[in-house]
Amino acid sequence: MPIAASDIKWVEAPKLGFLGQLYLPIVYDGLKTTVSHIFSKKRTESYPEQEPTLPPNYRGVHRLNRDDQDRVKCVACYMCATACPAHCIDIVAAPAPASWTDREKYPETFVIDELRCIYCGMCEEACPVDAIELTTLYDLTGLSREQLIFDKEKLLSVFDITTKAGTDPVRSRSGALGPASERPVTA
Amino acid sequence: MPTVYVNDKPVEIGTEKLNCVQVAAKAGVEIPHYCYHPALSVVASCRMCLIEMGDLKDGKVTMQPKVLPGCQTPVKDGSVIVTGDYAKRDAATKALPYDAAYKPGEKTQKAQADTLEGLLLNHPLDCPVCDKAGECKLQDYSFQYGHGESRMVDTKNTPANKPEISSKITLFTDRCILCTRCVRFTREISGTSELQVVGRGHHEEIDVFPGYPLENKLSGNVVDLCPVGALGSKDFLYTQRVWYLKTTDNVCAGCSTGCSIHTDANKDIVYRLRPRPNPAAQGDFMCDEGRWGYHYTNSPDRITRPLSRENGALRPFDWAGLAKLKESFGAAKKAVAVLSPFLTVEEAYRLGTAFQSIHKDVRLVLGPVPVVGEDDLYPKDVKGRAVTPTKFIIHAEKCPNRRGVESVLQKLQGEVIAFASAVNQPMDALWFTGGYPNADAVNAAMPDNWTAAKLLVVQDLFHSKLMKAATTILPATTAFEKDGTFVNHSGLAQSFVKAIKAPVEVRSELQLGYDLAGKKGLATVAAVRKDLAKEMPQYASLEVVAPAKAGSRLELATV
Ligand code: SF4
Ligand code: SF4
Ligand code: SF4
Ligand code: SF4
Ligand code: FES
Repeated sequence: MPIAASDIKWVEAPKLGFLGQLYLPIVYDGLKTTVSHIFSKKRTESYPEQEPTLPPNYRGVHRLNRDDQDRVKCVACYMCATACPAHCIDIVAAPAPASWTDREKYPETFVIDELRCIYCGMCEEACPVDAIELTTLYDLTGLSREQLIFDKEKLLSVFDITTKAGTDPVRSRSGALGPASERPVTA
Repeated sequence: MPTVYVNDKPVEIGTEKLNCVQVAAKAGVEIPHYCYHPALSVVASCRMCLIEMGDLKDGKVTMQPKVLPGCQTPVKDGSVIVTGDYAKRDAATKALPYDAAYKPGEKTQKAQADTLEGLLLNHPLDCPVCDKAGECKLQDYSFQYGHGESRMVDTKNTPANKPEISSKITLFTDRCILCTRCVRFTREISGTSELQVVGRGHHEEIDVFPGYPLENKLSGNVVDLCPVGALGSKDFLYTQRVWYLKTTDNVCAGCSTGCSIHTDANKDIVYRLRPRPNPAAQGDFMCDEGRWGYHYTNSPDRITRPLSRENGALRPFDWAGLAKLKESFGAAKKAVAVLSPFLTVEEAYRLGTAFQSIHKDVRLVLGPVPVVGEDDLYPKDVKGRAVTPTKFIIHAEKCPNRRGVESVLQKLQGEVIAFASAVNQPMDALWFTGGYPNADAVNAAMPDNWTAAKLLVVQDLFHSKLMKAATTILPATTAFEKDGTFVNHSGLAQSFVKAIKAPVEVRSELQLGYDLAGKKGLATVAAVRKDLAKEMPQYASLEVVAPAKAGSRLELATV
């Protein structure tokens, strides 16, 4: 839709006075900020020697949670894959193994292309069983594209690593999650 | 003219005998229902279709004091129906003179919500793992008419699943809402009566007699009939979520009944076929052979690229070589072209005229017509004998378009030559078009001592006896991969659009017809239909059919 002429407001740049044309006051203002930083407290972190602690609602690499019997919690409902705007989740569902008497369906394969992912967290939001979560792991590196296509085992291993390191994401930590942006009180 | 009022909107019913659900549908109002199905007897057991009803007489509306099941209540002149959606009616329609104290739709709304609460008492929270989710009536109606939460405090009944009720179908017993549609189907349509309700009250379950599983040739229909995810097709189980599927209206190529179907595909792979109700073709159902017989489309054995035989070995064939092939076919002394009964009318016409243009004495022959057993009539009685009235016929003729191709042959050369009579006569060149879902019919039609023609071009889906001798093998398309028209056993011409793309190296039969005839450009069915309509008056209705959007339905006049 074109913008109506009545909605357009023309703004002219203010005319510079004599001092303004000299530019000296503005240069002085800038230098003041620069010099003040030399003497204030240093904020720079020396990554990677020094790693930041991120809030638990940070949206980094995914993990697939395990249930109390160490099985993958995901029930292969495809809600995450449906919600994903980047189409980077690929699931193949299958009838659950016969020994899982309480479950009917499970993901035979579960693959996320971490390179295609835009880390929006929609998948986490959509999951009806809280099986997929975004963790605080952010320093993802690999030697090839294939290495960053995470399969079910890899995603489960992220669960093991993060649980062991005590960096469970916000959902697991707080049980029922409050307003998504709030930083929960950590125990 | 007898008139019925649905949410104040007058509907003329003429002489039809209708119930409230049907009349409401005419008025564009949906009365939610589970147990009612137009092809089955009415039991009025689910109580989802409750409505308020009254009479308009002498300018006054008298409403009945309680809600009634709409599926079981017939309407007459002056009937007034008020549904739970009364508040959503078209505000422009004039309100009827109701009693001042009467609040239209209020009772029904409460009744609908209460019915759903009852149905959900024992229903599991299975939607994430249930194949029906997305097209489930229980989901839809709960969302539209139900309460938001459950007040059930006791533990739910969780009867065990019964995957053993059939080799093709599984039963998630706890999801069943006991609408008994499946039971009535096996009693009234297939007549085989495998399914039944066992138990009482809250412990009612669907089951089969021990040792008599649900195995009949129409069994798959119970999956479509089931309004919830209780009955599931093992073939489709967990392969796709339904909202990923793109639905196209097609015609089943399994037999000459020519069932109208919905083809559900995703990313050019067919996952499921469902019947498309069409009283002119087959009714509301389809047979299992057709329903689960689509797998040949994705078969790894399918021929998907052109090949030619050089010194006994098959080599990839370049489509550019078609011109030379055409020349040698035209130069042959005795040339025969076979038009298979799996071709569409448009393809048969295009190819037939193309062959006639390259070789003036070409004999056009109808391809082998597969016939397996005898026509199978349903319902059956306990001894397996068909009883009247017949409700479904699986035809023995296992091809979709014999009559269509015959009509084209009749037009082009004035006679229909059967393959069996043509194959035994000497020939120099044979061009065979196939599209057979398996090689049985072709293998059976080939005489043992057949001396292969010097030039033998075979276009088909699978390797057959004939193909062993072929000099050139061309890939064919399946019925899901083309636009066209099939003429069924009774002469009903049904047009359909393609559901999926053919494998990349396959050139469609229609395009091949264009290329052989030396026409430039891409083939379109619309252009061929124009020619057809001009040349063959019985296909005149095809011309007015605009190229269909995927999913629109075309039913054509009888040929
Ligand atoms: S974070 Fe967003 S883009 Fe990444 S997998 Fe989840 S839904 Fe898809
Ligand atoms: S939404 Fe959750 S349960 Fe469903 S497929 Fe994704 S991870 Fe699995
Ligand atoms: S039958 Fe319907 S409501 Fe019940 S679990 Fe399946 S999708 Fe959900
Ligand atoms: S299995 Fe399905 S069709 Fe049969 S009674 Fe139960 S809900 Fe109805
Ligand atoms: S549809 Fe009327 S009672 Fe079930």
